[in-house]
Amino acid sequence: MKHMIAFVRQNKKAVLLAILIVLNFCLAARGDEAASIAVGGDKRNTIEIRDFMFNPPTLTVKAGDKITWINRDDEPHTVVSVGKKFQKSSALDTDQEFTITAGPAGTYEYFCSVHPKMTGTIVVEK
Amino acid sequence: MNDHNHILHNIDHDGIDRRGFLKCMAWAGTGVLWTVSGGVLISKTLAQIAKAGPVLLATDLSFLQISDSHIGFSKEANKDVTETFKIALDRINAMPAPPSFLIHTGDITQLSKPEEFDTFDQLLKSCRTKDVFFVPGEHDVLNDGGKLYRDRYLKSVDAKGAGWYSFNKNGVHFIGLVNVLELQAGGLGQLGEEQLEWLEADLKGLGADTPIVVFAHIPLWAVYPQWGWGTSDSERALSFLKRFASVTVLNGHIHQVLQKVEGNITFHTAMSTAFPQPAPGTAPSPGPMKVPAEKLRSMLGLTSVHYKQGNSALAVVDSNLS
Repeated sequence: MKHMIAFVRQNKKAVLLAILIVLNFCLAARGDEAASIAVGGDKRNTIEIRDFMFNPPTLTVKAGDKITWINRDDEPHTVVSVGKKFQKSSALDTDQEFTITAGPAGTYEYFCSVHPKMTGTIVVEK
Repeated sequence: MNDHNHILHNIDHDGIDRRGFLKCMAWAGTGVLWTVSGGVLISKTLAQIAKAGPVLLATDLSFLQISDSHIGFSKEANKDVTETFKIALDRINAMPAPPSFLIHTGDITQLSKPEEFDTFDQLLKSCRTKDVFFVPGEHDVLNDGGKLYRDRYLKSVDAKGAGWYSFNKNGVHFIGLVNVLELQAGGLGQLGEEQLEWLEADLKGLGADTPIVVFAHIPLWAVYPQWGWGTSDSERALSFLKRFASVTVLNGHIHQVLQKVEGNITFHTAMSTAFPQPAPGTAPSPGPMKVPAEKLRSMLGLTSVHYKQGNSALAVVDSNLS
C-alpha cells in the first residue's frame, strides 16, 4: 500500500479480517488537503461528519478505494462497523480523520458509537 | 426564598398527598441543591442558598448534582471549561451549609483522556465537599469501554457490572446507573439486561415508602429521541420503580433543565458546567451551542422548564446568576 500523503500524524494498523484483503487505518490530525488528494491512483472518497450526520449517508466505492471520514463537528464522533466488519476508529475530535481501504464487495453498515442515531452505509462494488 | 422563584406543584390526587407537596424550584447556574425533606425533593439554586442561608433541619439530607463538566473541551462554545467548573466549585464552597455529597452525572471529560481526568481530579480537590458519586457519560468511555473511568471513580462504592451501584443515605435509596455503553446502531442510551436484572433485585427488599433517587447520564425518559436523548430500555427500569411513593430521576447529557412528572416519578435534567446545548429540535443537531462570550454564564443560567402532571400545572420561573 502506497502512502504519498505527508500526514501530520498517522497511525497505521494492519487490520485482520477473516477474509484477508482489507483495511488500512489512518488517523490524521490535519485534513483539508489530505482529504482531496488521490492516493496511489486510487480514488479517495470523503465522508464528512457534520451536524451529527454522515454525508453522504450512503457511499458507493470500488474495492480497493480509500474512504476517509472527517469530523467537522465540535463533538467527538466514531466510525464503527455494524457486525465488526472493519476496524473501528478511535474517537475523532474536530477536524480529525479516519481512513480505511474498501474491502471485498458488499454492503457495510456503520454508526457512531457515541451517538448511535448516526448511521451510514458503504457499498463496495467489485 | 422568594415565592415567585418557586415551582409549586400540588400532587395530592396521586396518593402521596400526606407528604404535602412537591416543591421544585427552577434554578440557574452551575449546580443544584437537592434537599430531601419528608421523602420529597426540593431543589434550589446555589445563589439562592447563599443568599437565604440554610433552611435544613438537622435530620434533613442535602446533596448536590453537577454534570457535564467536559474537561478538555476548548471550542468556541466555551474556551475555558475549567474556569466555569471552578466557578461551580466556588459556589458549592460558598454555601453556608455544605451538601453531604455531590453527584456527578457524567461527561467529566471531553475525550476520556487521562490528562483530562487528572485536571478534573485536581480541580475537585478544592471542593469542601469530599464525597462524590459518579456515573459515566459517553465522553468518559470513548476508547476503552470505561475502564479508566471505573478505575478512578468507583472506589467508594460497591459497583457491579459496567459500574452501576446503589447506596443509602438518611433513609433515601440512591441508585447510579450506566446507560452509555455498548450502544447499538440507530439506538439510544441503553441499560442492558444485566443491569436491569440487578436493578430489579436491588429494589426488591425496599418498602414502597422508601424515597428513591436514580441518577444516570442520558435521560431515562424520551426527551428527544431524534437526537438520541433518551434510553431505549428505560421503561423497564421505570416499571420496577412505579410502586414507590417518591422517585426522583436525575440526568445530565442535554445541558439544560427539563423536568417531567409521571405518576410518582419526577424526571429532572441538570445543566452543564461547560456549555449549553440547543433546546430539543431547535437546531440541525445537538452539540455545543455558541453564545456570545459575555452571555455564556447567563445562558447557562437561563432555565426553561415545562412540565405538568395530571391536571396540576407547574409554574416555572427562571433566575440566573449574572
